[in-house]
Amino acid sequence: MLYRQAGRFRTSYAQDSRLVPYFEDRIALALLLFFGLAVLPFTASDYWLSAILIPWLCLSLVALGQNILMGYAGQLSLGSAGFMAAGAFACFNFELRIPEMPFLVSLMMSGLVAAAVGIVFGLPSLRIRGLYLAVATLASQFFIVWVIDKFGWFKNYDSSGIITAQDIVIMGYSFTSPAEMYVVVLLVVAFMTLLAMNMAAGSIGRNWMAVRDMDVAAEAMGISLLRTKLQAFAISSFYCGVGGALFAFTFLQSLEPVAFDINLSFRILFMVIIGGLGTIIGAYLGAGFILLLPVFLNIFFHAVVGDAVDATIVSAFEQVIFGVLMIVFMIYEPLGIARLLELAQERLRRWPFKV
Amino acid sequence: MDWYAVVFFFEVLIGGLLAGVMYSLVALGFVLIYKASSVFNFAQGAMVFFAVLSFVGFMEIGLHFWVALPVTVVLMILVGMCTERFVLRPLVNQSDDTLLMATIGLAFVLEGLAQMAWGVEVRRLDLGIPDVPMQWLADLTDIFVSTLDVVAGVVAGLMVAVLALIFSRTKVGLGLRAVADSHAAAQSIGIPLRQIWMMVWATAGIVALVAGMLWGARSGVQFALVGIALKALPVLIIGGFTSVPGVIVAGLIVGASEKLAEVYIGPLFGGGIEGWSPYMLAVFFLMFRPEGLFGEKLIRRV
Amino acid sequence: MHQTLKRVAAAALASAALTMPATPTLAQEEQYFPVPSSRVGPFSAMGTGYYGGIIDYMNYTNIKHGGVNGVKLVWAECETEYNAARTVECYQRLLTGPNGQKMLVFDTLGTPGAYAVINRMAEEETVLAQYGYGRTDAADGTVWPWVFNAASHYWSQIGMKMQFMADQEGGVENMKGKKIVHLHIDSAYGREPLPAMRQISKDWGVELVEISIPPPGLEQQSQWLQIRRERPDWVTFWGAGSGMNSTGMTNAARMGFPRERLVYVTFGGAEEDMVPAGDAAKGTFVVANAVPGREFPLIADMYKTLYEDSNEGNMANPDRVGTVYYNRGVGAAIMWIEALKNAQEASGKVGKAVNGVEFRDGYEALDMTPAKLEEIGITGMVAPFALSCEKHDGAGKFRMMQWNGDKFELVTDWMGPPDPTFIRGLVESSAGKFASENGITAKACG
Repeated sequence: MLYRQAGRFRTSYAQDSRLVPYFEDRIALALLLFFGLAVLPFTASDYWLSAILIPWLCLSLVALGQNILMGYAGQLSLGSAGFMAAGAFACFNFELRIPEMPFLVSLMMSGLVAAAVGIVFGLPSLRIRGLYLAVATLASQFFIVWVIDKFGWFKNYDSSGIITAQDIVIMGYSFTSPAEMYVVVLLVVAFMTLLAMNMAAGSIGRNWMAVRDMDVAAEAMGISLLRTKLQAFAISSFYCGVGGALFAFTFLQSLEPVAFDINLSFRILFMVIIGGLGTIIGAYLGAGFILLLPVFLNIFFHAVVGDAVDATIVSAFEQVIFGVLMIVFMIYEPLGIARLLELAQERLRRWPFKV
Repeated sequence: MDWYAVVFFFEVLIGGLLAGVMYSLVALGFVLIYKASSVFNFAQGAMVFFAVLSFVGFMEIGLHFWVALPVTVVLMILVGMCTERFVLRPLVNQSDDTLLMATIGLAFVLEGLAQMAWGVEVRRLDLGIPDVPMQWLADLTDIFVSTLDVVAGVVAGLMVAVLALIFSRTKVGLGLRAVADSHAAAQSIGIPLRQIWMMVWATAGIVALVAGMLWGARSGVQFALVGIALKALPVLIIGGFTSVPGVIVAGLIVGASEKLAEVYIGPLFGGGIEGWSPYMLAVFFLMFRPEGLFGEKLIRRV
Repeated sequence: MHQTLKRVAAAALASAALTMPATPTLAQEEQYFPVPSSRVGPFSAMGTGYYGGIIDYMNYTNIKHGGVNGVKLVWAECETEYNAARTVECYQRLLTGPNGQKMLVFDTLGTPGAYAVINRMAEEETVLAQYGYGRTDAADGTVWPWVFNAASHYWSQIGMKMQFMADQEGGVENMKGKKIVHLHIDSAYGREPLPAMRQISKDWGVELVEISIPPPGLEQQSQWLQIRRERPDWVTFWGAGSGMNSTGMTNAARMGFPRERLVYVTFGGAEEDMVPAGDAAKGTFVVANAVPGREFPLIADMYKTLYEDSNEGNMANPDRVGTVYYNRGVGAAIMWIEALKNAQEASGKVGKAVNGVEFRDGYEALDMTPAKLEEIGITGMVAPFALSCEKHDGAGKFRMMQWNGDKFELVTDWMGPPDPTFIRGLVESSAGKFASENGITAKACG
């Protein structure tokens, strides 16, 4: 490893409360952001930008929201796609009905709408927990999508029910090419990730974790369950809403309630668990894994097997591999890819010595 | 007109109750596994699909109905054993989330394997029970009730009764309940965890086969059967995850309420409310009984 | 675990390399076509048949005619799982073929997928072919120059169905006071025909009742109970996925609704939907835009060439050659190939690969005269039609079929909606609304 953590003591509160305590990590993050902002938009192909990077970032943001609720606050929820839909359609309506509103403001407003919806559907969490809560949150999933689908106002009475997302215009400039949209998404996601790191490290995050670990004990310590749980639902839904709006506006470029179905909620759940519960980076890793694995398997099999085997069997086999990998993951690293990364780092730190 | 409205109401009610029993049958598989291993088996829907598709597949390659049936039962027992050996055993004492994810993986594997082996075409399954209204009832009361639904209801009721008895009256049932309470404690007093799990998964597989056969006879043997697991979830939480009789009661409640709501309230909103009404009902029930109607109340200590 | 990880990493690198555009090395002239298939999941019956038909026809063209004027057809497949997000990814992935060529035409077979990519077409210079599905008002070529609805769309389809009902009732004048239930899946696709249907119902004095089924539609009891209460004269069924479609018929049987009064949509009625319903399916009417059957000379020859003389066929089950979805796929591929021929001729590139703009013009120049259909060997399988700069929706004609418990029997000749100009007016006003909302200037057609 390039640097050591041992023997580096924090001597002031300012140092202790830093989000990224090590100088080297900060450099690495800055380089990563620089690479994402200044190198990728010019070098990556349109396929990589619009079919891989944009959906990956959008879904990472949603997974981050799900992780706040599930990994930090310990509330198992299956309604994230519903909140995404709320955010996406709110953004569409803000853009449609208040055209002078800047896109970034619409985006944040749609996050607020999703947060309000999240609070309403978070209310049962005050009484229900665990799997019961998870199934109860499915109510939000089905109900939100149904309401959007059923009441024409949300879709501006479009006869077909699938609407085209408006162009993203910021300060009079249209962001339409994949590279431009990618930059917008990356900036929003980076900003919100920073915010999430801040919350997770501060008192809000500690309250969440206290409630997660033992809500009765947390309550006895004077943490308001009502406030903490609803706060978690609101913030999580905010992230899902913004992520959903970005997903619809930059990736799908169309809005249809059915696109935010239960399967999407499940995929986001997979992302969080595979990536690593209660970690920020886990949301990114998990989203990458769940999003890219089927694509990778599809490409891989078409390249390797080609036309030799019936395509149906190949497609079904991809499913099997995906399932097997998931089981293997759960058996060998139930704490997710984030933990795997941590282990690798520890190993590197000792390198070339072995334990 | 009034008389007709009354008849129609009963027709909706009976139809709903019978549909509810079909949900119960799927929910039963969840309860069995949850009770014995506190695993929320996400793969139950996939097991339904896998079981009945294999059954129809065996018949397609020439096996007789009564040969294909035991062969499929053996296959489902094998699936149960493999699940225990390759998924559950390495995951003993892991968190519920981990186990849940592992069963999701299992669902993908089963769905993929079934489609690899038997293809993706929709099959027809004829159990020899007509899916048309019972004539004598229609003549007598003008209420249409399908014979298949009644048979399905009876089968589901019987299965629930037998399983409830096994759980509450036999030694095996006692062992199952002990395992559900705590894997470690049960192991320490000498309850063979592996056998218990294997047995439960095999039983859940057989329940899945029965559910799949009845659903398959109703709407064709096909991939969409995976989705009926979603219909079973509200049943599951209203009844309580751990109660076998609760499943049947909750199934009746869910079935009747969703059909009545769709027929009488749905048209006011342009229909389609039965997609979410069972879940709303479930939330409503949970507000008063957070563990479901028949679930075990957990006392939480700090 | 290490070993596995390493292997995964190596494979990941390999696949990353694969997705990078390769440098074209063309020995023989090739033309690349994308196949965004959906072979798994609830829509697999549709996807395997349709894309099987497309691949078989391209393969057949290569084997039988050595390609199109010597240009070999090549293709790449991508699994969309009939889902909008995967379709967008597949679109981007298939945009450039393995030989480095850009795609000319994209056909998702799914309305959600079509909507997700519809706005990328003009920029990428790619034709979006919607064979009887997708965005209906795209039939207006002045607003949607890159999107085609050939050979039909949902509005002409529902018009044709209502005309068929009127014929059965003994004329339009007898339709007054009749009741039709439109039983549809609760999605954009299910509601697509409604604008046309409501208007025709109003004109004819028909009472229209709309009942929706929440997806996936395996549970339709409450809907059919409502139908039993309504006692309609006709039911138009607008479903998706074999489970929903066969359940519709079994539920009709459970409620004692006569199947001879039940009319299915093009995407609801195929052999794969009828067979699982068993006896309950007998008598159901289905609309066809490509007639099933293996007796058409082309299909018969394809079967002989690909399945009997060689083992090149794409269908896992050769018995499915000539089914509804297979023939529809062949019909779609025929339009691609004919458009390619037009493009080669019009741009003076006979025997060479063409680009998107040339292909689009070739597509617009499609003129499927009866003589041409005869030459290809599909007389009676698809209706003759011609496209033009404004008119992107082809024949708008269908044939009604009835399931006899074993196979489909044709009951009518090619039929259109009662008033094609009215349907066209709907298309144009809807497209006009879209154009004005989005600030699109309609293309002038010379």
